[in-house]
Amino acid sequence: MTDAPSDRLSPALRTEALEQLLVERELVDPTVMDTFISTYERDVGPLNGARVVARAWTDAEYRAWLLRDGTAAIKDLGYGGPQGEHMVVLEQTEDVHHVVVCTLCSCYPWPVLGLPPSWYKDPAYRAGMVRTPRRTLREMGLEVPEGREIQVWDSSAEVRYLVLPRRPAGTDGLDAEALAALVTRDAMVGVAEVAAP
Amino acid sequence: MSACPDRPAGPALDVEGPGAPPRSNGELVFAEPWESRAFAMAVTLADTGLFTWDEFRDDLVARIAAWEADHPDDEPFRYYRCWLAALEDRVVATGALDAVTVDERSADLAGRPAGHDHGDHGHGHGGHGHGHSNGSTPSPN
Repeated sequence: MTDAPSDRLSPALRTEALEQLLVERELVDPTVMDTFISTYERDVGPLNGARVVARAWTDAEYRAWLLRDGTAAIKDLGYGGPQGEHMVVLEQTEDVHHVVVCTLCSCYPWPVLGLPPSWYKDPAYRAGMVRTPRRTLREMGLEVPEGREIQVWDSSAEVRYLVLPRRPAGTDGLDAEALAALVTRDAMVGVAEVAAP
Repeated sequence: MSACPDRPAGPALDVEGPGAPPRSNGELVFAEPWESRAFAMAVTLADTGLFTWDEFRDDLVARIAAWEADHPDDEPFRYYRCWLAALEDRVVATGALDAVTVDERSADLAGRPAGHDHGDHGHGHGGHGHGHSNGSTPSPN
């Protein structure tokens, strides 16, 4: 407090300084930065993943492709880009419940889910999901039946995971668009199930 | 790494619907404006090739690990602070900037002398006419 270093350490100031210096050296173009920001604030989010899931629920051939080659099948719907280069899709079943974490740095499949929520980045989630997944899921509101195995997938430097939730009962009459509206981000990370409408 | 800004935005998305990205579940993507700038700087620099994403990721992993190994008991985890520190680490490692230069400019922005040994800054503040405002008020967290 005495030497008032807090301002100099303020992340807002340091960020602004860094950006100014990089712009002056023509290493970054602020308009490109603006485009990235608006892309992830407005255009890219969990609805992309929800469309992938809904397509898989309504198209057996697509589902098989998605589970075999997630990257290509997801790209086929127009979703690609940074952090989506190597996608693996994990199918929830009666026997196995998948949940995704990145213990080291919060890697996340941006093209299908957007940017990660704060709980995904939190140390409590990253550590808890690895050590005590059943309890951590319960704390997040998901009770996984005792007989169902929980598999925790820790994102590596290369691979990003997307969970394919189970289709809820009573949705036979719904088309892909209506189904997509049911699918939540949390279900595609594996910390929730998709609720029936 | 493939670029993304020129990619068509795809079908129009509903902003209020159940799948509305990415503010669904009542959560903003970025808590403060500087977080979005730090995010975009790293993505842009990886995209243009000043460094690779894996290099940046390694620095981010190191910064997060360092925070987890040693931090004040009452200090909450701030992901984008680690992100910013990693970004500085990586930019400095490329030789594009040195840390003192960032310190000095930050101090200039805070409206105070940078320190004792660096009386000769030749830099001006013009020429960055992009219209965003991070606000110079130090954040309380």
